[in-house]
Amino acid sequence: MLILWICVAIGVVVFGAMAVAMWKFRKSRGAVPDVNFTHSTRLEALWTAIPILILVAMAAPATTTLVRMYDASDAELTVKITGYQWLWHYEYLGEGVSYPSLLDRDSNYARQLGSTLSPWEVPHYLLNVDRPLVLPVDTKIRFVLTADDVIHAWWVPAFGWKQDAIPGLINEAWTKIKTPGTYRGQCAELCGKDHGFMPIVVEAVSKEEFAAWLERQKSLPAAEQGLPIPRQALAAMARERAGRLVAAAE
Amino acid sequence: MATHAAHDVHHHAPSGILRWITTTNHKDIGTLYLVFSLVMFLVGGAMALVIRAELFQPGLQLVHPDFFNQMTTMHALVMIFGAVMPAFVGLANWMIPLQIGAPDMALPRMNNWSFWILPFAFLMLLSTLFMEGGGPAAGWTLYPPLSIQGGNSVAFTIFAIHLMGISSIMGAINIIATILNLRAPGMDLLKMPLFVWTWLITAFLLIAVMPVLAGAVTMLLTDKFFGTSFFNAAGGGDPVMFQHIFWFFGHPEVYIMILPAFGVISEIIPTFSRKPLFGYQAMVYATASIAFLSFIVWAHHMFTVGMPLGGELFFMYATMLIAIPTGVKVFNWVTTMWRGSLTFETPMLFAIGFVILFTIGGFSGLMLAIAPADFQYHDTYFVVAHFHYVLVTGAVFAIMAGVYYWLPKWTGHMYDERLGKWHFWLSTIFVNVLFFPQHFLGLAGMPRRIPDYNTAFADFNMISSIGGFGFGLAQLLFVYVVWKCVRGGVRATDQVWEGARGLEWTVPSPAPHHTFETPPVIDDSKLAHGDVTH
Repeated sequence: MLILWICVAIGVVVFGAMAVAMWKFRKSRGAVPDVNFTHSTRLEALWTAIPILILVAMAAPATTTLVRMYDASDAELTVKITGYQWLWHYEYLGEGVSYPSLLDRDSNYARQLGSTLSPWEVPHYLLNVDRPLVLPVDTKIRFVLTADDVIHAWWVPAFGWKQDAIPGLINEAWTKIKTPGTYRGQCAELCGKDHGFMPIVVEAVSKEEFAAWLERQKSLPAAEQGLPIPRQALAAMARERAGRLVAAAE
Repeated sequence: MATHAAHDVHHHAPSGILRWITTTNHKDIGTLYLVFSLVMFLVGGAMALVIRAELFQPGLQLVHPDFFNQMTTMHALVMIFGAVMPAFVGLANWMIPLQIGAPDMALPRMNNWSFWILPFAFLMLLSTLFMEGGGPAAGWTLYPPLSIQGGNSVAFTIFAIHLMGISSIMGAINIIATILNLRAPGMDLLKMPLFVWTWLITAFLLIAVMPVLAGAVTMLLTDKFFGTSFFNAAGGGDPVMFQHIFWFFGHPEVYIMILPAFGVISEIIPTFSRKPLFGYQAMVYATASIAFLSFIVWAHHMFTVGMPLGGELFFMYATMLIAIPTGVKVFNWVTTMWRGSLTFETPMLFAIGFVILFTIGGFSGLMLAIAPADFQYHDTYFVVAHFHYVLVTGAVFAIMAGVYYWLPKWTGHMYDERLGKWHFWLSTIFVNVLFFPQHFLGLAGMPRRIPDYNTAFADFNMISSIGGFGFGLAQLLFVYVVWKCVRGGVRATDQVWEGARGLEWTVPSPAPHHTFETPPVIDDSKLAHGDVTH
C-alpha cells in the first residue's frame, strides 16, 4: 500500500496547486492573465524527471516481490485445482485424495430469486462451501490450476493473489499460511451464470492435524472424501496419530 | 455573413427526414452522431441502473444471474461503441473542419455512410436481448470459451462489432484525410488546435486496431460455427491467445476514448483561463507518446493468466511509463490555469472536474500497473472503480464539457448557465458516491461481474447504487438543458466566450450550413494556443 501513499502525496501537490490557482487567479478577484507564461523547458524537464525517479522507486520493490511470487520451488505439498461450471475440484497430488467443493446448501437456497430465506440469516452467505480445502500451516504449498470448461480464477484475498484456471493450460502459484483458521474467497473470472456462486473456503490447520486428516481421507471411499470434520475430532485424531507414531518408533 | 445566408437559402438539400438520411454535410452528420450517442448513453445508462438496482442489497431481487450478465456485457458494448466513440466522432465532425478552416470533411459521402451503419449495428446488437437465449453474456471482452457458449446472439454480436469497426475505420480515414489535406493555408500542423491533434493521433490508433478486433471476433465466429480451434485447447488452439489479440485492440481502444477527451480539455482550460495552453508542443508529443505506449502494454489486462516472469515485468514497466506523458498533460493543464484569469462557466467546471477525477483514475491505474498488486486487485470492484473514473469522469465528462463549450456555436443560443451548473454539481457529487465506494469493495474482496454478494459488502453497494440512480437522473437534466438550448435562449455572439481563440469562433453563431468555402486568413495571434514560436 506504499504506492497508495505515494499517489496521495502526488494528489495533494497537484490538487493543491489547482486549488491555489482556482482561488488566487480568479477573474472575479481581479486576476490578469500572464499570456506570456506558456512555456518553460526547466519546468517541463522537472516534471518529467521527478515522476521517472518515483516510478523507478516503485518498480524496484515490485520486481523483487514478483520474482518471489513466481518461485514455487521446494514446495512440500502440491494441490491441483480444477475449475468447473460452477464448482471447484481439489486433488492432493500423489496422495490419492480428491473431492469437489461447491456452494453450501443454505446460501444456495437463500440466493434464489424470490427466496424466503434472507441472506442476512445465512452465516457466510455465498462464502461457504460443503467441503473446504484443508491445508497445513507453515508449509510451502504449490497449487497447479486448470479448468475443464471455461476460464475461472481461484482467489482467496488473504493469500494476496489470484490465478486464472484455464482449460487446456496449467498455471502455478504458491502460498505459505502462517495462522490456522478459515480463509474465504470466490471465483474471480466471469464463468457464466453462476459465476457469483462458486466460493472457495480454505481450512488451515496445524501440520499434525493436517497429516491426521489426510490419512483419514485416504481410508474413506471417494464420495466421502473432504467432508468437514469438527475441529475437536480433528485434534483428537492428530493426538491419536502422534501416539501411534511414537509407538511405532519404540 | 450575408453570402452565407444567401447560400443557405439556395442550397438544394431535401428537407425533413430525407435531409438527415442523405446529408453529406459535416455539421449535420456531427449532429447525427451526437444525438445517436446521447440516445445510446441513455440506453446504456438504463442497463447500468438494472445492474445497480440488483446490487442494491444482497440476495437476488430483480433479475436472473444470466440476465445480469447480459446487462453488464451490453452496458459496456453500448457505452463504449455506442456512446463514447460516436460522441467523439460527432465532435470531430462538427469541429475539425471549423478548427482547421476546411469547408467540410474530405470524404463527405463516406462520412454519411460511416454514420448510417451505426444505428443498424446497434439495432442488431440490442435485438439479441429479445431473442431466445438472450443477448451476449460473457462480458464485453468476449473471452472464449465462455463467449462461444452463447446461442445465436454470438453471431449477431460479432456481426454488429464488424459493422461498428467498419464505421470507425471509415470515420478515422475521413478525419486523417481532412486534417492532412484540407487545412487552410498557414494552418501548419504545429498550429492546429490540440483537439485536432489528439483526433489525428486517435484516428491512426483506430485504423491500427479495429481490424485486429475484427480478426479476433471472426476467429470466435469460426470457432463456434465452423469447427475451427483457434482458441480451443482441445483442438490445438489457445484460449489465452484470444486475450492477447483482444487486448492488443483493447488497450489502444482505451486511448481512443481518452485522447480526444484530452483534446477537448486542452481547448477549454485555456479559454476560461484567458491564457494560451501551457507547453503546447509538449502536449502534442505527450499525446503521441501515449499512443505509442498504448501498443506495448496490452498484457497488463492479463497479469493473472500465467505469463512468464519476463513478460510480467516487461508489461509492468511499460505500463508504468504511461504515467509520465499523462503526468505531463495534467501538469500542463494545471500550469495553464496558473497566472491565468479564471472564470467557472459549466464547460470549465466539467474540465476541472475532469482533471481532478481523471487523475484519481490515473492513480488507481498506477496501482493496478504494479503486477504483484494486480494479482490482488484484478477482476475486483477496484478495477471497476478505476475504469469508470477514467471513462465516466474522464471521457464522458470531457464530452459534456465539449458539448457545453460548443453548444452556443452549434445552436446560436446560450444554454441555461444555472441549470448547466446544477447538472455539473449533481453529476460530480453523485458520480463520486457511485464509484468511490467501489474502490473499497474491491479492496475488501468483492469480485466484479457478480449479481449477488456476501452481506459484508452490503453497505458500500447500497451507497454506490444510490449514487448510480442520482447520477442517472442528473443526466435527464442534461437532456433538458440541451433541448432547451436548441429551442431558444439568449443569442450567442460569434466569439461566445471572452477567452476563446481559434477559427471556429470567427464564423457566426449558429454556424451556417456551409463555412470556409473560401479559406480563411490565419492570424497566428488568434490561434487557440497562440504560441507558435516553440
